[in-house]
Amino acid sequence: MSIYTEEQAKAILDKVIALSQADECTATLSGSITGNIRFALNNVSTSGIVSNAQLIVQSAFGKREGITTINSFDDASLERVVRRAEELARLAPENPERMPALEKQDYKPSPTFVQDTADITPEQRAQIAAASIGPCKDNKLIAAGFLQDDQSFFAFANSKGNFGYQRATNLDYTCTVRTEDGRGSGWVSRNAADVKQFDADESIQVAIQKARDSAEAKALEPGKYTVILEPAAAAGLISFMMFFFDARQADEGRSFLSKKGGGTKLGEQVYDPRVTIMADPWDPEAPVMPWDQEGLPREKHAIIKDGKVEYLQYSRYWAEKQGKRAVGQPGNLLMAGGSKSTAELVKGTQKGILVTRTWYIRMVDPQTVLLTGLTRDGTFYIENGEIKHPVKNFRFNESPVIMLNNIEELGKPVRLSGDESPFVMMIPPMKLRDFTFTSLSDAV
Amino acid sequence: MDRRNFLTMSGLGLAGLMVPFGRVIAAEELVSTLDVAIKKAIADTALQAARDAGASYCDVRVGRYLQQFVVTREDKVQNVVNTESTGVGVRVIANGAWGFAATEDLSTEGVARAARQAAAIAKANSRLQTTPVQLAPVKGVGEVSWRSPIARNSMEVPIKDKVDLLLGVNAAAMKAGADFVNSTLFLVNEQKYFASTDGSYIDQDVHRIWAPFTVTAVDKASGKFRTRDGLSAPMGMGYEYLDGKAEHKYVSPNGVVNYGKSYDMIEDAVAAAKQAREKLTAPSVKPGKYDLVLDPTNLYLTIHENVGHPLELDRVLGYEANYAGTSFATLDKRENKFQYGSGIVNLFADKVQEGSLGAVGFDDEGVKTKRWDLVKDGVLVNYQAIRDQAHIIGETESHGCCYADSWASVQFQRMANVSLAPGKTKLSVADMIKDVEKGIYIIGDGSFSIDQQRYNAQFGGQLFYEIENGKITRMLEDVAYQIRTPEFWNACSAICDESDYRLGGSFFDGKGQPGQISAVSHGAATTRFDGVNIINTARNLG
Repeated sequence: MSIYTEEQAKAILDKVIALSQADECTATLSGSITGNIRFALNNVSTSGIVSNAQLIVQSAFGKREGITTINSFDDASLERVVRRAEELARLAPENPERMPALEKQDYKPSPTFVQDTADITPEQRAQIAAASIGPCKDNKLIAAGFLQDDQSFFAFANSKGNFGYQRATNLDYTCTVRTEDGRGSGWVSRNAADVKQFDADESIQVAIQKARDSAEAKALEPGKYTVILEPAAAAGLISFMMFFFDARQADEGRSFLSKKGGGTKLGEQVYDPRVTIMADPWDPEAPVMPWDQEGLPREKHAIIKDGKVEYLQYSRYWAEKQGKRAVGQPGNLLMAGGSKSTAELVKGTQKGILVTRTWYIRMVDPQTVLLTGLTRDGTFYIENGEIKHPVKNFRFNESPVIMLNNIEELGKPVRLSGDESPFVMMIPPMKLRDFTFTSLSDAV
Repeated sequence: MDRRNFLTMSGLGLAGLMVPFGRVIAAEELVSTLDVAIKKAIADTALQAARDAGASYCDVRVGRYLQQFVVTREDKVQNVVNTESTGVGVRVIANGAWGFAATEDLSTEGVARAARQAAAIAKANSRLQTTPVQLAPVKGVGEVSWRSPIARNSMEVPIKDKVDLLLGVNAAAMKAGADFVNSTLFLVNEQKYFASTDGSYIDQDVHRIWAPFTVTAVDKASGKFRTRDGLSAPMGMGYEYLDGKAEHKYVSPNGVVNYGKSYDMIEDAVAAAKQAREKLTAPSVKPGKYDLVLDPTNLYLTIHENVGHPLELDRVLGYEANYAGTSFATLDKRENKFQYGSGIVNLFADKVQEGSLGAVGFDDEGVKTKRWDLVKDGVLVNYQAIRDQAHIIGETESHGCCYADSWASVQFQRMANVSLAPGKTKLSVADMIKDVEKGIYIIGDGSFSIDQQRYNAQFGGQLFYEIENGKITRMLEDVAYQIRTPEFWNACSAICDESDYRLGGSFFDGKGQPGQISAVSHGAATTRFDGVNIINTARNLG
């Protein structure tokens, strides 16, 4: 068993706290059931279900802390894991930055759990794979995709009486569709907490259309172009930038949010005034847990408001040292936008390039958050409001900070997640001027 | 893909709780092992249960995976974590299809249940399968064992010694002018027992070590900051890698010290602090075409991305199309003797180089490891393939590069060590640089990005030096090279001899869905590439 009810989880955690002889004890119990199905070359390649539950015990004597984990929860195991954590704590060097366990917090539940998603069966997964593969086979195209759904719970308690419990579900689907001759490639991704909001039949048509349309790509000279980034294409760059909102790094002078001569850019106009990014664990479309990894309550707040930096991420230690209040680290990024779809943005574009997806994004220079990466699976030339023809993929070297100062128009945000992002996101399609492509790629 | 996350954790981002997987244990448990007789009994239970359930083939991996992380910044220890994960993974072929199941329950019934589950999954999968699995034959080897040839088990070194080393590194860097320093020790021990219906019982003890650091220099007045990462390589070695012996140092013509079979972390940290400060005022590169002289600390990552990955057969065939991508190096290219590089380019794969991350006696499907050619005299000649792929490229045996990152993960084709053979004629780095009129000498790995078919790549580095008329003149900044794989390797004009051959490596290479990591080394000597496109990466945020 790997999913516990609140009562069951609390009973285990209470036992751990009662067993503790340390100055402080924090126990975290989490579990998940993850189902997946993977397909390639129009065949299912692997499918499986992984169940896992884990208890982490952190015991502390003063500034010394020991951490142990275990995955059996009988009384003898609990006793053993607590004693071991205490033994490690006694051996550990002092960590002057260790913060005391959290006082009792008030967590407001967020709607992260959907029963229908938790109830997904192997047959449903197989149906989704079949719904992806079938139309591709019919159209002489080749599908490769991955569906992963999970239900999970997260619970914690500490020796100061703090306690939290909540369940969550998630579904992630991606599919790449390629032409048999390998000259065209399309892609679609979907993320949802509720399986009812996912439609495989509709989704696969997006990838099929892009695969067909991308087959006769022409080469354009690299350079600065007006681009329309689909939400998935923009999300990778924006999410990457959020890793560098750490207050301590900014205070230490090693962040793009550090100021010449010292201090930070908190409160300053860093982006176009149309840029607003919020965090809100209770957002109905993209809810996340009401606490962060340390158990600190998340709040609804602006990260960037009207282009001004409104938030830097303070760890509890750094907040105390700087006389600031630490709030839970954001779990979602909710970027404001307009009402237009990607297709409507294309209609209003004289000349430009439509980008379906960005790929292999890496930091080139943290000083300016200069990122490099490539377009992939559907890059098209737009003229007079219409997609004229596919173009070869580009490598970009662009900073999201510069990009978000070059906004022409923002469309309607959609929910998504990313391979390399810890955030659930609402990101709009965006039309940007002077986006920097530095070379061509022959990859399809 | 996981690599970045792990690197982020090892650097500035890692301060709090870090429990990668498994259960966290006391240090003394890191030096214990499971009794071989117990492992054999577990394996026999699974093999029999699989046969009884109708499997035509079964392999069992009883794994105990141990990790230790020591994480510091400046004068503070941020974290010491010991983890262990023990369990058994059972893979079977039934009705011509694969099935896999894994469990932490090592009781007779628990193991047998996993074997039956694997067989049931195989039978279910067989209904969707169009072609039955075809395995290249492997002869059983009976009861054998293999161990990384280490001199000192890192897990036996007291935590205090490790903490003292890292805090010593940090203090030396700070004294030499660093504003900040993060240093980490990653230690891994895989105790793997493999058994199969082919008649093999293989006990292996694999060790790996990595000691990365990052030094930061800040100029508050200008708001500028620069970092310099350590020049160590992750290795398939024990704690002796940190001995820093004089005979393992490689001093470049301008005095930069690189390292081979052992590493002087404190010496490198001192150099890093000075160089990070020098970077703050180094001139920005003028973009254009340059001849590149790439130190192995830089070239290893390029080999990894644009030789190792595109020559993985599963990518070539399309099995990774949705995530990691496919490959430009299609099967027809091998048939047509595709010119991957210039005539002096010889790239080989292996799982046997001593001290390498990939070295094992047998892979995770019981195949004895070996070395084989990928590119010979510039021509593409082979790929990396495992038992169920060998027939696709007309071979009768697996290359022995099958790997799973845990007992709970199903094994699949992973990159072997892929290395550039050193030049056959005597050539030192100094002599190579003497012939370069307009070039850049690059040391250390930096930013890396490559497309999904492995054509277009961009790489940075740690240290860049301008070469003018055969001489190294000054440090440069804001350098990245953009390449197209075949053109890059065909522009290879000189390779230093084997006296300069060293290993670099990737500790956390990611692949697959769900993702798995693996560790892999890449050997090279300093190599010259002519007329490579250099871009300037400086930007202004206003």
